[in-house]
Amino acid sequence: MNLSDPRSFTIATARSALDRRELSSTELTRAMLDRIACAEPALHALLEVTEARALADAAAADARLGRGETGPLLGIPVVLKDIFATRGIVTTCGSRILEGFRPPYDSDAAERLARAGSVLVGKANLDEFAMGSSNENSAYGSTRNPWDLERVPGGSSGGSAAAVAAGECLASLGTDTGGSIRLPASFCGLVGLKPTYGRVSRYGVIAYASSLDQVGPFAWTVEDIAAVLGVIAGHDPRDSTSVPRGVPDYTAALTGDVRGLRIGIPREYFADGIAPDVEGATRSAIRLLESQGAQLVEIGLPHTEYAIATYYLVATAEASSNLARYDGVRFGLRRASSGDSLIDMYRQTRDAGFGPEVKRRILLGTYALSAGYCDAYYLKALQVRTLIRRDFLQAFEQCDVIAAPTAPTTAFRLGEKVSDPLAMYLSDIFTTSVNLAGLPGLSLPCGADTAGLPIGLQIIAPAFAEEVALRVGDAYQRATEWHLRRPAEITGLVSGKVA
Amino acid sequence: MSSPKEDTIAFDYGVWEPVIGLEVHAQLLTESKLFCGCSASFGAEANAHTCPVCMGMPGVLPVLNRHALEYAMRTALATGCTIPPRARWARKNYFYPDLPKGYQISMYEEPLAVGGGVDIETPSGRKRITLTRIHMEEDAGKSIHDAHDDHSLVDLNRAGVPLMEIVSEPEIGSPLEASAYLRALRAVLQFLAVCDGNMEEGSMRCDANVSVRRRGTEKLGTRTEIKNMNSFRNVEHAIDYEIRRQIDVIEAGGTIVQETRLWDADRGLTASMRSKEHAHDYRYFPEPDLPPLVVDRAWVEELRRGLPELPRRRCERFVAEYQLPQYDAEVLTARRDLADYFEAAVALHQNAKAISNWVMGDILRLVRERRLDDALVITEWPVRAESLAAMIALIDDETISGKIAKTVFEEMVATGDEPAAIVRRKGLEQVTDTNAIAAAIDDVLASHPDKVAEFRAGKDKLLGFFVGQIMKATGGKANPQSVNEILRGRLTG
Repeated sequence: MNLSDPRSFTIATARSALDRRELSSTELTRAMLDRIACAEPALHALLEVTEARALADAAAADARLGRGETGPLLGIPVVLKDIFATRGIVTTCGSRILEGFRPPYDSDAAERLARAGSVLVGKANLDEFAMGSSNENSAYGSTRNPWDLERVPGGSSGGSAAAVAAGECLASLGTDTGGSIRLPASFCGLVGLKPTYGRVSRYGVIAYASSLDQVGPFAWTVEDIAAVLGVIAGHDPRDSTSVPRGVPDYTAALTGDVRGLRIGIPREYFADGIAPDVEGATRSAIRLLESQGAQLVEIGLPHTEYAIATYYLVATAEASSNLARYDGVRFGLRRASSGDSLIDMYRQTRDAGFGPEVKRRILLGTYALSAGYCDAYYLKALQVRTLIRRDFLQAFEQCDVIAAPTAPTTAFRLGEKVSDPLAMYLSDIFTTSVNLAGLPGLSLPCGADTAGLPIGLQIIAPAFAEEVALRVGDAYQRATEWHLRRPAEITGLVSGKVA
Repeated sequence: MSSPKEDTIAFDYGVWEPVIGLEVHAQLLTESKLFCGCSASFGAEANAHTCPVCMGMPGVLPVLNRHALEYAMRTALATGCTIPPRARWARKNYFYPDLPKGYQISMYEEPLAVGGGVDIETPSGRKRITLTRIHMEEDAGKSIHDAHDDHSLVDLNRAGVPLMEIVSEPEIGSPLEASAYLRALRAVLQFLAVCDGNMEEGSMRCDANVSVRRRGTEKLGTRTEIKNMNSFRNVEHAIDYEIRRQIDVIEAGGTIVQETRLWDADRGLTASMRSKEHAHDYRYFPEPDLPPLVVDRAWVEELRRGLPELPRRRCERFVAEYQLPQYDAEVLTARRDLADYFEAAVALHQNAKAISNWVMGDILRLVRERRLDDALVITEWPVRAESLAAMIALIDDETISGKIAKTVFEEMVATGDEPAAIVRRKGLEQVTDTNAIAAAIDDVLASHPDKVAEFRAGKDKLLGFFVGQIMKATGGKANPQSVNEILRGRLTG
């Protein structure tokens, strides 16, 4: 471990150094802030660096550590996707329409992280309103992939992933509506977890598609993910869709033992369109799990081919309604001059405030819900959603978890898909079903393509069986070293290279 | 507090039969709003009762107020509705500055309750108006357009206040039936203490769907929706106007356009607000931030057992138990507090008809004069029920006369003193001593020999004159029955 390269730390290693008083949270935090200062000009993972808050948090954590306290995240530097409301700290959701917006409240996840004594170092860049798979839809400029600055980090939680991968923090939170945690985790060589819908409170998380959005963590290891999940999971009376159910000890579930565990391999996820490197890496990861004693079962998820279409109807319908509140009346951007009518104000504000992808999805969702089209689109999508959910229920009668690729390819180039929204949407082909079914999905690094770009393995578990997915991922990481790979240093490499 | 007999306007539409359905919005009397902890009370400074949730700020979520649900459930049970195993919240989407989220959380395809009904009295007997559904929703805020020249203001104190929408089937056959339905429904709401039912102040609002068809035909005519009627009278007049307007249009060979029309009470007419082509597409869909409402059956039964005696049943009991005329029973059971007041008095003195007369007369007159009936529950009565019962007991045991009782009552109202104390203090006991009365009569007759002669010559009307003189001489305290008997004896004897 080396403070000049914070990427050498994980939460677990920092934890033991902090607890043994070999390292202070302030030292660790300063190292992260130095890293941010070096990397950010090229990376642009963060929209806001909360330096003063970070140092105050670190000092408070050091005081607690000094009193002999400990805790999974005490003194650990973290980053929040800028979709989490943070009291008094600018929260834009990557949109012009919320430029300068300082919420008077904290999201539940931000509160839980603060209570656990973690150190907030910044707010991460994202696709505007979490709509995108590449981070290129941020109104404040794209985030780069630390593994190759010409490539995207994935989206929509690309900033959260890039921040961890570049050593700006040890863990971060993102949200996953159709793959927005798992895809960036896969592209950035990290572990990312989308928990069961209802496992983590959505209170204070700016809504994109309420029935699909779920909060989850990024970190280098499954062990770290278990530590963060234990802090953020649990019932919140302020979110009526959060489930009043006990939180298991996720760390204790990491036994390393997968003997007898039945792993389902869905035929439909190894079909055409998947890059050979990705398929190869995924299959060999699955073979490794088999060699550790897991049983492989071929399964079918027959409605997989409808998942993308279903997702883009359900998500955009909800989004068209969720984004109606950005009207220039109470907060955020307002574009109106004297003499303008109400409609003028709405039109100008929303035209100036929303980017093209957000407008596209609002239009699509409005159309899908409109009288005369609702039956054919929105209601039909709800029916297919039920079928997709049923596919998984039936599959889980034959297996305990499902293993599949996270994405059909590794990170693509900036600009490669911006002019082709459909091609962009297909990045989420293996992830959206999991949101539609409300299940937990874990992505962890399981290889690299010929260019050295990370490949992600996805482990899908039944509802509220996060610990089973985590156990599988941890067992894999105990036997492999993909999670130990780090991208090349950004410092000095790039200043001026990417603007 | 209008009585069922108050309105006697006759509405006659000849061969045309009106078909009316009403949608009532009742504001539930919870302390806090439907989905956040803000106060639901009125009268605060603009936007004082707001928080991130009812302001529609990003990321915050609604949490159902269980009391509001309970109030709506009690209403559903009191009107005999069926409560389906599951209800579902839905978003009604439209843009307006006083609608903070850009959608209203309401219910659409899966309401809280269905069926049920409200009984009304009509000239042809009792009629049951079926309820289509009852659902819950949040209120919007208030836009203020005339405070500034070039911009409007928004007050969100009302945004998120719980409303219950009660929709009737189109089974109401006249404007009078419409107001009778509203009165009966309001009585139920007030008996349950779930809504104060004040139409003028908007805590109970009503929209009417009106169409006409030729008597004897089945097919419904094209309907219009009438809004902005803020009193029972307005409801009657607006619906009457609209029925006549539709008849005129059809008889002139025109067709009715399906549209929303606003009642203009000052001009006494309805005017088109928006036509069907311009109707909003609300893009309803299930509210993803709230789980479906799966109502616990045990709780439903608990609520059912806790229902109070409702106005209709109480009215029937008043007729049977106290032998009151139907009219009295209806007036007394129009409000739960009034019925309670009556029964409190009857419990102390079992002359129900006399108590009913005093309550419907002097008590209600003062209640209206002092606007005590603006309160949901009247607690400040002009005189306490116990005192009223005591006073009527004094009449019945002949301690005071009915005439003197008026004086005693006024003194009770003015001072709050007990009737017995007033009678003692003012020496108002009735004179029943026949010797004293006879003496007073003899004095009067002796001082009016000419009038006595006229009476004996056949001028019967003079009897009243003598009674008046005698009562005057006794300070009104002479027992009127004794006066009459003795006086007749003296004059004819």
